[in-house]
Amino acid sequence: MAAMAVALRGLGGRFRWRTQAVAGGVRGAARAGQRDYDLLVVGGGSGGLACAKEAAQLGRKVAVVDYVEPSPQGTRWGLGGTCVNVGCIPKKLMHQAALLGGLIQDAPNYGWEVAQPVPHDWRKMAEAVQNHVKSLNWGHRVQLQDRKVKYFNIKASFVDEHTVCGVAKGGKEILLSADHIIIATGGRPRYPTHIEGALEYGITSDDIFWLKESPGKTWHPTDVALECAGFLTGIGLDTTIMMRSIPLRGFDQQMSSMVIEHMASHGTRFLRGCAPSRVRRLPDGQLQVTWEDCTTGKEDTGTFDTVLWAIGRVPDTRSLNLEKAGVDTSPDTQKILVDSREATSVPHIYAVGDVVEGRPELTPTAIMAGRLLVQRLFGGSSDLMDYDNVPTTVFTPLEYGCVGLSEEEAVAHHGQEHVEVYHAHYKPLEFTVAGRDASQCYVKMVCLREPPQLVLGLHFLGPNAGEVTQGFALGIKCGASYAQVMRTVGIHPTCSEEVVKLRISKRSGLDPTVTGC
Amino acid sequence: MERSPPQSPGPGKAGDAPNRRSGHVRGARVLSPPGRRARLSSPGPSRSSEAREELRSRLLGLIERSRVVIFSKSYCPHSTRVKELFSSLGVECNVLELDQVDDGARVQEVLSEITNQKTVPNIFVNKVHVGGCDQTFQAYQSGLLQKLLQEDSAYDYDLIIIGGGSGGLSCAKEAAILGKKVMVLDFVVPSPQGTSWGLGGTCVNVGCIPKKLMHQAALLGQALCDSRKFGWEYNQQVRHNWETMTKAIQNHISSLNWGYRLSLREKAVAYVNSYGEFVEHHKIKATNKKGQETYYTAAQFVIATGERPRYLGIQGDKEYCITSDDLFSLPYCPGKTLVVGASYVALECAGFLAGFGLDVTVMVRSILLRGFDQEMAEKVGSYMEQHGVKFLRKFIPVMVQQLEKGSPGKLKVLAKSTEGTETIEGVYNTVLLAIGRDSCTRKIGLEKIGVKINEKSGKIPVNDVEQTNVPYVYAVGDILEDKPELTPVAIQSGKLLAQRLFGASLEKCDYINVPTTVFTPLEYGCCGLSEEKAIEVYKKENLEVRLYTIYFNCEFAVNGSDRVIGFHILGPNAGEVTQGFAAAMKCGLTKQLLDDTIGIHPTCGEVGNRRF
Repeated sequence: MAAMAVALRGLGGRFRWRTQAVAGGVRGAARAGQRDYDLLVVGGGSGGLACAKEAAQLGRKVAVVDYVEPSPQGTRWGLGGTCVNVGCIPKKLMHQAALLGGLIQDAPNYGWEVAQPVPHDWRKMAEAVQNHVKSLNWGHRVQLQDRKVKYFNIKASFVDEHTVCGVAKGGKEILLSADHIIIATGGRPRYPTHIEGALEYGITSDDIFWLKESPGKTWHPTDVALECAGFLTGIGLDTTIMMRSIPLRGFDQQMSSMVIEHMASHGTRFLRGCAPSRVRRLPDGQLQVTWEDCTTGKEDTGTFDTVLWAIGRVPDTRSLNLEKAGVDTSPDTQKILVDSREATSVPHIYAVGDVVEGRPELTPTAIMAGRLLVQRLFGGSSDLMDYDNVPTTVFTPLEYGCVGLSEEEAVAHHGQEHVEVYHAHYKPLEFTVAGRDASQCYVKMVCLREPPQLVLGLHFLGPNAGEVTQGFALGIKCGASYAQVMRTVGIHPTCSEEVVKLRISKRSGLDPTVTGC
Repeated sequence: MERSPPQSPGPGKAGDAPNRRSGHVRGARVLSPPGRRARLSSPGPSRSSEAREELRSRLLGLIERSRVVIFSKSYCPHSTRVKELFSSLGVECNVLELDQVDDGARVQEVLSEITNQKTVPNIFVNKVHVGGCDQTFQAYQSGLLQKLLQEDSAYDYDLIIIGGGSGGLSCAKEAAILGKKVMVLDFVVPSPQGTSWGLGGTCVNVGCIPKKLMHQAALLGQALCDSRKFGWEYNQQVRHNWETMTKAIQNHISSLNWGYRLSLREKAVAYVNSYGEFVEHHKIKATNKKGQETYYTAAQFVIATGERPRYLGIQGDKEYCITSDDLFSLPYCPGKTLVVGASYVALECAGFLAGFGLDVTVMVRSILLRGFDQEMAEKVGSYMEQHGVKFLRKFIPVMVQQLEKGSPGKLKVLAKSTEGTETIEGVYNTVLLAIGRDSCTRKIGLEKIGVKINEKSGKIPVNDVEQTNVPYVYAVGDILEDKPELTPVAIQSGKLLAQRLFGASLEKCDYINVPTTVFTPLEYGCCGLSEEKAIEVYKKENLEVRLYTIYFNCEFAVNGSDRVIGFHILGPNAGEVTQGFAAAMKCGLTKQLLDDTIGIHPTCGEVGNRRF
């Protein structure tokens, strides 16, 4: 899940900045030197806030505008963008709840006398997660205040290339002008509006984390919502995923299919090669979904409590009036086009985060790109953001961490004969006593075949994949070779030591199952 | 070693030497033909690494096929003495005069890679590297040389390994894969409490494996508490059952013991469950449980006997106290426990016992986790204190008395202050000693063959190819002097040793920047230098050390050239986090790169990448 968003409803009126406080009470476009701010950031998500805070620290006069358009189901949230409110943070916490469910099942094997099965209460979890998110919203506002960044809870659109018009909740309009403007409005989930009933009855990731009641039996027509389906299954819900084609597009396909295999073996149902055609509400309140098998054309139906769409995200650019400022977007994706300095077609207008064409949609990427941008603008730096070898982790029940190239990409770039893949099936020590199945615990390292066998990519499927992947990402940044990784002594007994013990190449055809120490 | 390198037109191929163009000088055959300079490597524009590789394999071939090889220089008086010695023994040897062959300098270079000896003469007897002139005469005086000169086929094995732990087994398996006849002797002397175990050594039976599993059990206890906040509903007070856990863990260990035996059998390694001790050169006595003695001989030996817990040497310690050797298979819950010591073993055991809800006290003589970064060590300690572990600082036990027998019984411990005259008394169900470990090197007959040990520590000094002062005896694992006592290190060094001895490898074990993790309730992972050590090392060289601390739980030391020289992290899954950072440090991680790498959100590993 990804970084920033439009975001912001605020926590009530207590901290609303008075519009009178705006310097000059600007009307119309201001000339250079008379503009209200050195920097105006549109969008208070991870990327936007990072920009604002960095600029303020460099002594600049900064404003952030942020506004959360309620989802079609009416869900809204506070400052901080997608990651904090409807992305990484609540997702990882609910993933943790599901992992804890697994640990509760392990506990009796380790001597803990817990009567099984243990039921799960959605309300309690949701409340705890939502309270944490609210505390983060609060923290962001305090940080902005501490750094004297002006914050406006308004919906912004461009008036001209230096001026933005904001509409507050009450309908009141204000104009803000700035020398530099950064667009960081992120994206929102896409709805399949062509499907009957999709908008009325379906929810998205914008809503799931803020549900007061358990979503019950859920249905995910998707190829990206594996994480949501994973934790819903993990807390004991009957969950079905519908996929039209391949899972986790863009990720290594061998790993992706193992992720799916693991989920299927842990109770998530999959309907592959199917496409939904309509959603109806039945008299008892349940939702009836009709879908078509793409190969046979046969129709089928099922009833569910919740339908969650996770078919991709669209950038939040449409209401920005970008054409007024002259900022170019991609005609296909509506994402903003930027150069390597994050500059748009208008030299003093920049964009960072998920709203940008061709960038990884990840929180830490947005934060780092934003910081580097501001350091270039106001800090005399010339460091560009390096978008290569960005590590990421998919928090499915069995986590999948990766950095660098997938096997397919490596073969496409370098040719089959120049790529060597080292791999291993391993069993985490903790799985043994717990009697867990480790069939999908797997690691592979994609290297160049020619010595010194540069590491092109690392893919790790298993517990704590994020923690495991992070350091190796650094190694790959340092230009790690296979030999260097092999010379690293393992930490025993961990899962990550399997990475430094990878001896079996795929080409050798030998059994990659790890036995013994 | 019987490889014949392709396209090697050079005359006087070393491997062919005994059959042709060999003259006699003082009773020794000389490889270089008179009047013509020999080459050992093929001439031509071949890539230097290839040429080097070829030269190396030729030298190894020569050594393999000769009873005695002397790498010599014709004008060197030490070489002459050695040649005269063999001549006087009536032994024919192959002599290669490095000053009379074209590529003598390169031969000497490659030799120094193989033997770690840069000078001539350089002597091999029956494939064993004896050393230079002095070592040869010493070997002659001790009788070792005569022994070496005996036909090597007289030995029962190519390699005998004493000790079936991580290091010994990895060495044995690798040697067997390389086609050698290998024996492993493993015998567990029961602990004073009578505990003993199967094949696999400390790590598998009484170390890493059961420790990590008990740590996991304690973490699960924490997870159970957490889980209520995450919506999981159960009302009953959850109790921990020691017997259930121990049984499950011991079952897993038994399966590992079995796995090791199986894999030795598959690789045709002879496994003998007997206590091995040297009786004379190349000969070992194996005594089994029933006291039956058998003798075996081998061309080379590897000592991998590891260490066992140390006792205090006070009244009642061996009778009533247990150690980590006993804890993991204890048939009953230890109850209220006093842990003596502040080693990582002590803190890890105290941590998981407290995690099961037991009343745990740690008695510390001086500092926590000696050798580790002290700031981090103190944080590990204070986290444990917050989670209910009591610490008694600056006290040492002086007497342990039994008040009541039972499972567990009741013990009275008398302790005195290290600073004054104060004494305290406490009553515990179990006293666990974790004050350090002693090498098992004093009762294996090393003195019979002259293997030197550090008399104080009992550790065995070795050179950088794990060779002891007795050329055919090597050592790996925890018994090595000044080397990390870690399973993966032992495995790596054992494996590389076998590859060097019997394969075509030169790779030495790299003991630099070895990462490790202490599995205390809050895990502590580290790699490279501690803050104290970094300052000490770089102060001497007058270099700046900068330290970066991120939040409370992660720090780096960076030297003047911006290179990361130490990494320390406290937190959940510290082991998983540290491993990759260790790999990055192997690749020359700098602070700049650290700043430039993007975190994975939200994980604990990400912390390392936050800006400082």
